[in-house]
Amino acid sequence: MSARKIVFTSGKGGVGKTTTTVNVGAALAKRGARVILVDADIGLRNLDLVLGLEKRIVFDLVEVVEGRCQLRQALIKDKRFDSLFMLPAAQTREKEAVTEEQMAEVVGQLAHMADYVLIDSPAGIEHGFRNAAAGASEAIIVTTPEVSAIRDADRVIGKLTVKGMPIRLIVNRIRPEMVRSGDMLSIDDVCEILSAELLGIVPDDEDVIDTTNRGEPLALDPSKRLASIYEKIARRLQGEIVPFTNLESKRFFDRLFAGLKAG
Amino acid sequence: MQELKVQEDAASAPAVTKRGTAIVVTSGKGGVGKTTTVANLGTALAQRGAKVVLVDADVGLRNLDIVLGLESRVRHHLLDVLEEKVSVDDALVADKHSAQLCLLAAAQTREKEDVDTEKMRALIATLAQRFDYVLIDCPAGIEMGFKNAVAGADEAIVVCTPEVSAVRDVDRVVGLLGNRFRPRLIVNRVRPQLVAKGKMLSVEDVNSILRLPLLGVIADEPGVIIATNRGTPLALNGASKAGAAFRAIAARVAGEDVAAPEVAIPPQGLMAKLGSLFGGRR
Amino acid sequence: MIEFFNRLFGRQSSSATAKERLRLVLLSDHLALAPDLIGDLKRELVDVISRYVEVDRENIELNFEQREKVIAMLANVPILSMHPATRANGAKRSGRAPDGTKRPRRRRKRATPTSNPAPAT
Repeated sequence: MSARKIVFTSGKGGVGKTTTTVNVGAALAKRGARVILVDADIGLRNLDLVLGLEKRIVFDLVEVVEGRCQLRQALIKDKRFDSLFMLPAAQTREKEAVTEEQMAEVVGQLAHMADYVLIDSPAGIEHGFRNAAAGASEAIIVTTPEVSAIRDADRVIGKLTVKGMPIRLIVNRIRPEMVRSGDMLSIDDVCEILSAELLGIVPDDEDVIDTTNRGEPLALDPSKRLASIYEKIARRLQGEIVPFTNLESKRFFDRLFAGLKAG
Repeated sequence: MQELKVQEDAASAPAVTKRGTAIVVTSGKGGVGKTTTVANLGTALAQRGAKVVLVDADVGLRNLDIVLGLESRVRHHLLDVLEEKVSVDDALVADKHSAQLCLLAAAQTREKEDVDTEKMRALIATLAQRFDYVLIDCPAGIEMGFKNAVAGADEAIVVCTPEVSAVRDVDRVVGLLGNRFRPRLIVNRVRPQLVAKGKMLSVEDVNSILRLPLLGVIADEPGVIIATNRGTPLALNGASKAGAAFRAIAARVAGEDVAAPEVAIPPQGLMAKLGSLFGGRR
Repeated sequence: MIEFFNRLFGRQSSSATAKERLRLVLLSDHLALAPDLIGDLKRELVDVISRYVEVDRENIELNFEQREKVIAMLANVPILSMHPATRANGAKRSGRAPDGTKRPRRRRKRATPTSNPAPAT
């Protein structure tokens, strides 16, 4: 059985692609799936940092493609889960070091070793993005509810639609209080503008930066508010129908659930 | 006879034109605030009376126009000028808010690889003859887009947020900028409360790794999102702290010695955990 | 609550402004990215116009201009002449022959009901 090959992309940089890829991957692994994360950001790698595995890198994607090591040698097993692996990018090369065909080939091989291959795309719509999408059969667009991010997401959706792959949306860093005061676009606004199927809503959270600093994915810490949200996203990806909690909940529900939920 | 001729030549020689400064604003990592910085720094410099042109080098994913609120006024773009389809004057868009400010937008439907580096360099040089400041908004990444944005620049500003990925990327970029530039650092989106709790790198943490002259520090505030929603740069907003920070940065760029960082920096940091991450670029 | 007051005092919330600006800018981006669509649109537009007037097909311009609240399509269509048929039609309605002389008025025959009226639809 071949894995599902999903690219996480956005167009705009800094919206949370890497954080999302890592946390969705970790949530899937926590539920028992075999997951391989691929860092397609050659030259500016960061997936290793977010996972806290930066000291364990021996080989990288470019060396695999150039035949200087076996694919299995380059895979790094996560500290916490036996079923979670990552394939790091090269830090000192450029994105042109790998072609789309080579990328598709590597991802194809990885698909035989796992249930999910999640590819972390670089920002932009150039070579790096095309490489990241080359191996994928599904796409998840990560956006924030901000004008520039949405414009770029729209462009990327356009580019991926012509490839015919199913596209879903995660809206990241939403601030419900700003939505309520009319200072931020709502989820409905974003979905209407982009007309993509919604996969997840992730509120802005202070813990993200802290856990990235320490290389410990949020999704694995049950005490963290966002852990349950990434779990819901993982469940939806696995085909379960999980309702979205209304973010614009009244104060009564706020008190009841001790802080706004999303999903 | 010959001596006389030489003297005549000297007398009729034209005065040297004062050339403006071309500054590229870059970072490596996306989403740290390059475009916001270019828009606000440009606005603040123009409000001080300088003639400023902003160049959006993010071909294919342009956003400088939308941050300035000028998206409905763009008729021609950078590639139209580079490919000599229109003159520079036809492509420049006058800013809505600042009389001395104008924009050269990126193309939305082209690719970064379409830009000819030498032509870009020549264009920036031409603009520097006409303006006091040419600010170039660099795209994320370190590929062709970055190389073209840097071509023709005299100075560089690197923008970093207090996050490990951003610091790592800036470190890489500074290495790539090489000896031609002595980049100055802006630390953006600082959250003092988080720094105090030890949950975020402090400005000192960031700069102890990067070791660059500090140009300014900007605290995170919701006003930035609201400003982009409306297309009115924060530097115009007297009540905004971030706006004030940009105005201070503009003063420093203009050579003034404005008082030290705007954001209070708590003493502790996360240095020990990060030391090993950065092999250093030297 | 704040949104309510904003509306009360006639000031649009920044998110409403953002939504509107995005709608226009994305429409503009999409149009720029669909040259085939625009080519078809241009051809069909010219076909329709050509039924009434003769146009210079080589020098037609079709542009989209973004204004503050709307995107407008601007067509510049050089007209060479009217079609003879159209000239004749135009003259009929005005009561004058193509050479400018007045036409005699003709009486129209009233339709007589038949024994087999057309079935109702």
